[in-house]
Amino acid sequence: MAKIQLNGKKINIKQIITLFDLLKKYKLDKKKVAIELNGTIVSKPSYKKKIIKNNDKVEIVHFIGGG
Amino acid sequence: MKKDIFKIANQNLKSRLIVGTGKYKNFKETAQAVKASGADMVTVAVRRVNILDKKKPLLMDYLNPKKIKYLPNTAGCFTSDEALRTLRLAREMGGWKMVKLEVLGDKKTLYPDMIETIKSTKILVKEGFKVLVYCTDDPLLAKKLEDIGASAIMPLASPIGSGLGIQNKINISLIIKQSKVPVIIDAGIGTASDATIAMELGCDGVLVNSAIAKAKKPLIMAQSFKNAVTAGRLSFLSGRMKKNFFATASSPKKGLI
Repeated sequence: MAKIQLNGKKINIKQIITLFDLLKKYKLDKKKVAIELNGTIVSKPSYKKKIIKNNDKVEIVHFIGGG
Repeated sequence: MKKDIFKIANQNLKSRLIVGTGKYKNFKETAQAVKASGADMVTVAVRRVNILDKKKPLLMDYLNPKKIKYLPNTAGCFTSDEALRTLRLAREMGGWKMVKLEVLGDKKTLYPDMIETIKSTKILVKEGFKVLVYCTDDPLLAKKLEDIGASAIMPLASPIGSGLGIQNKINISLIIKQSKVPVIIDAGIGTASDATIAMELGCDGVLVNSAIAKAKKPLIMAQSFKNAVTAGRLSFLSGRMKKNFFATASSPKKGLI
């Protein structure tokens, strides 16, 4: 089990999952987001390879309206 | 007349009006206003996904980035590091290289911090970004930005969201005269005539958000801005008459009864 911080919120993850799985869990389209793992941007092709570990800090961002 | 093309960093734009997508009631209204404005480039902000609400609508579902150019901004960033982080994430999202940089220096006025702005511009240009830079209306700093590789200079007309219009026409004119890259008025436009004035001064484009979104009828105001920018541009290109101190009659005197 891994305890991570996702977008500033503490989340418990029961299985071994990748960033790709995490997006699926939250019903997010990888084309519409970008991910930062422990302060480093992860490129889209690497989502399936990156396994989430204990104490990881994950930031998922998208575009919203702005001026 | 030669075809009047608006080009930023080798990208052709159909409209000289760029619109922001913030402050609308909902995404539906945003999309309708963008359409009414005729803009083919819109600014967007980068923010955390709300992970608690899986059904929350997404901007991209309403404004297709394949049809409308997204110009990611760094609104809300107060340091160079924050701005760089935001734009690198934006680039990862969909390959956006053309971005709007704004590094703010003061929460009350949202005035740009030019020291941090110049620092960030240098790094972004090195990383291959095409940077449109929100800046003060200081001609020296505008020149500096151009020298370090900014793709467009975006001086404020007045503080962001103030609706006060162009406060320093002289400085804006000086910036226009000296710049070889496009000059786009950003921030402070309050109503359609402000946009016309900017275009008549010789600006290459205008960026508007609050003036449309906060109008009582945003869709009609969007259309008004479309016409205002076109009118201002044509007026600039046509070369206005000279101002005279005294009256000159419009009708001939000959044949007067």
